[in-house]
Amino acid sequence: MADLNQMLKMLGELDDQLVNCMRCGMCQSVCPVFAETGREADVARGKIALLEFLGHEMISDTKGVKDRLDKCLLCGSCAAACPSGVKAVDIFLKARAIVTAFIGLSPVKKAIFRGMLSKPKLFNNLLAIGTKFQGLFTSPVNDIIGSSCSKLLSPVLGDRHLLSLADKPLRSAGNLNTAPGKSGLKVAFFYGCVVDKMFTTVGEAMLKVFKHHGVGVYMPIDQVCCGVPSLASGDMKSFEDLVRMNLKLFGKGDFDYIITPCGTCTSAFHHVWPLMCSDFSQEERAQIEMLASKAMDINAFIADKLGVSVVESAVGAKKVTIHDPCHLKKSLGVSGQVRTVLKANPNLDVVEMSGSDVCCGCGGSFNLQHYSVSTKIGKKKRDSIAATGADIVAAGCPACMMQIADMMSQAGDRIAVKHPVELYAQTLG
Amino acid sequence: MVSQSLKQAFATVVGSDNIMDAEADKHSYSYDAAVLDPVLPSLVVRPTTMEAMGKVVKLCNDNGLPITVRGAGSNLSGGTIPSKGGVVLLTNALDKIIEINEEDMYAVVQTGAITAKFANAVAAKGLFYPPDPGSQAVSTLGGNVAENAGGLRGLKYGVTKDYVMGVNFFDVDGNWCKSGSKTVKCVTGLNIPQLMVGSEGTLAVMSEFILKLVPPPQTSKAMMAIFPDIMTASRTVSAIIAAKVVPCTLEFMDNFTIGAVEGYAKVGLPLDAGSLLLIEVDGHPGQVADDAEKVEKICKDNGCIRIQVAKDAVERNKVWEARRAALSSLARLRPTTVLEDATVPRSKIPAMMEALDKIAKDYKLTIGTFGHAGDGNLHPTILCDRRDKEEFHRVEQGVDAIFAAALALDGTLSGEHGIGLAKSRYMELETNKASVMYSKRIKAAVDPKNILNPGKILGE
Ligand SMILES: Cc1cc2nc3c(=O)[nH]c(=O)nc-3n(C[C@H](O)[C@H](O)[C@H](O)COP(=O)(O)OP(=O)(O)OC[C@H]3O[C@@H](n4cnc5c(N)ncnc54)[C@H](O)[C@@H]3O)c2cc1C
Ligand code: SF4
Ligand code: SF4
Repeated sequence: MADLNQMLKMLGELDDQLVNCMRCGMCQSVCPVFAETGREADVARGKIALLEFLGHEMISDTKGVKDRLDKCLLCGSCAAACPSGVKAVDIFLKARAIVTAFIGLSPVKKAIFRGMLSKPKLFNNLLAIGTKFQGLFTSPVNDIIGSSCSKLLSPVLGDRHLLSLADKPLRSAGNLNTAPGKSGLKVAFFYGCVVDKMFTTVGEAMLKVFKHHGVGVYMPIDQVCCGVPSLASGDMKSFEDLVRMNLKLFGKGDFDYIITPCGTCTSAFHHVWPLMCSDFSQEERAQIEMLASKAMDINAFIADKLGVSVVESAVGAKKVTIHDPCHLKKSLGVSGQVRTVLKANPNLDVVEMSGSDVCCGCGGSFNLQHYSVSTKIGKKKRDSIAATGADIVAAGCPACMMQIADMMSQAGDRIAVKHPVELYAQTLG
Repeated sequence: MVSQSLKQAFATVVGSDNIMDAEADKHSYSYDAAVLDPVLPSLVVRPTTMEAMGKVVKLCNDNGLPITVRGAGSNLSGGTIPSKGGVVLLTNALDKIIEINEEDMYAVVQTGAITAKFANAVAAKGLFYPPDPGSQAVSTLGGNVAENAGGLRGLKYGVTKDYVMGVNFFDVDGNWCKSGSKTVKCVTGLNIPQLMVGSEGTLAVMSEFILKLVPPPQTSKAMMAIFPDIMTASRTVSAIIAAKVVPCTLEFMDNFTIGAVEGYAKVGLPLDAGSLLLIEVDGHPGQVADDAEKVEKICKDNGCIRIQVAKDAVERNKVWEARRAALSSLARLRPTTVLEDATVPRSKIPAMMEALDKIAKDYKLTIGTFGHAGDGNLHPTILCDRRDKEEFHRVEQGVDAIFAAALALDGTLSGEHGIGLAKSRYMELETNKASVMYSKRIKAAVDPKNILNPGKILGE
């Protein structure tokens, strides 16, 4: 976002949104970061006050503002609970873009976002090399979760318990473009970065579901990241590049729905792209609107479009508990459908945890920048999961799956982390 | 400004992680829920032990630095705006529930404990802490005591002051003072705990409270009564009280608010209704059935169009959903929400509603009114855009007129939101010059340098 006019326009839009905050402070009761730090700058109200100052006075401490803005999971809990209807996450995304444009991206992030995510070939090749050598640097710690930890004392990895990259990414299956079967439906399959590279089993489960229900699939393997990680870092340029690359592949809309296994990707299509791409050409805007209307999470697709029947759980069944990812529940309103999908598996007994929709503390790059706060939040989630006595925890978001796996592996739990679609696919022949 | 060496002294007391003086942090301690201009503090300090809290107070006093204590900053009267700069002292790290005594029915709790968490912990032990301000999910007990917060159950159960048995606090020199007792009866000396209630941080920095607990009601029944106009609803309020039924909750909503709630929350309210009463009776089952029947009859006798008595928890929740949605629904209509707190004797509610109607017309304002009708505590809520200077000037005039009207009807400036900065200029109108002077003398005696929340309640 080099363009000053675009920035000024955004500042104006921001001001209109900021003024809606009535400073009631009710967001304090739901903000996971505030619960750990007790600092007003870490909750929506404090950030909004800060931005008002930024908008009006154009700054004496931009870096200070940026640091405070970055300390946010973008989980949307505040917006979902705000009496005044303040769309805090929309505000923060725009604000991060403005502030980043002011001070420029850090060189490391520039390298990652400009150099890798938006150059998918390079990114994929680098990961392929990483996959080959990952075993040299990590040792397995938990066979149920499938996690490992760093053999070397690595400043980047820290104490994290990591899941391995898949031997072969999902895209290695090649481009797909099949005709609708008995369902009469055809979907575009947007798998998202983590499912492509780590949770390939989730992608495979989705393909199995589509096949079983007779759904035609369009899966171009040149698809790239949805852009939210870039945007969360304030990098509008990379974000816009990624959106345009994806539009080239999906903009024609020769499908009924565009389905993803990730709450964040779905809400990107649904909400973030239309919000942040106001300067795109009319044609591009039309494509974005079309994708917004067709985007759907896999759980919602199975429950609402394919239709599955709920079966009573069998005696001696495995217990599964559900984590409701923030973007899935708070931004897309998908939570009942996850339960429907899981209850279709006769081997599962669904047990609810307390606070199933409390954020797990991952928040994408928040986990990298503020690992200790992220872990504190994550440990609470782990405790809620463990308290249910479940054998499996299901989460419809790959980022949450990584965070929960890390937390539970560190606690030595023997609880598997699965995507709901994997558990549903088990029931299909 | 706080010198580097003084900052170091604070850091030694609370740890450097617990002080903030960056511009970007100070902005988020410059406001509260009142629609007033922000003022930046010089330093924000977050003690994590009581001992440190006392030392912070002493350091401030020794150096003549104003102290503004901040709980959740949810007050609506500017009480936590550090209007003279200085130190904002955060209490939210001091949030322990020290004791819940089931036998003697009291609790000992630190100032930063969150009201709803405390009430839930008490409920888990089979007891009841009734004060339930609308902000209970975030507000602290210290803030509740300092503002004498009320809530929906005020009519039957009273407000925070009715539950404060003891207050421990730091005087301005940082000495730890103990007042009140764990006994139900205690008349030792001046009634210091009650002096602290409603003192809005101007007399001391409170650290812990001894709070009274009561047995929970066995059962309750909620109902929603729809009236053609305000007069019939107001008459009903008086008639219910006159019939010696004391509901735990008796809430009111005007036609404008009903429209806003229906527009946003869609809970099935009739848009042609002139006003609405939301009523809950509680107690033991026989009493509840009896009271509910009486209330239903009184409503019908007084011209109620329709009454919905909740048959189960789901229907009861619907009634409260409507009430809970009042502020949110209004707040979404315009950018700025000025929530006021004019309170009048119950019998004067119709006159107050007429006055509000006239004020809205005179100053071309949009006002929605809801509130605790059973207490005469109304919340006229002015919707505006504070960026529009001309409109906001009319709002300020309208607010003056609202208080003048409440006082003319033997009402009060504040039923529950406190005086703070927002209403200090009206103090003499409600009390009198001599009375304000008396309060000022108390203040001067306990805080000779005027550093404890200066400018609040009593003005300059
Ligand atoms: C949406 C909403 C709904 C509300 N509903 C109600 C309601 O139903 N009833 C009601 O009465 N109020 C209500 N309020 C107002 C407000 O929540 C109450 O006044 C509450 O008691 C403030 O608590 P707090 O912890 O936020 O205090 P703060 O706002 O942080 O502080 C309030 C005052 O107390 C002082 N203070 C705090 N702690 C101490 C201490 N330890 N020692 C000395 N002084 C101290 C502060 O200096 C300040 O003057 C509402 C506010 C909002 C935003
Ligand atoms: S809950 Fe909404 S209106 Fe209230 S302070 Fe937070 S963002 Fe502002
Ligand atoms: S988005 Fe989440 S982390 Fe960020 S301020 Fe809102 S509730 Fe807190």
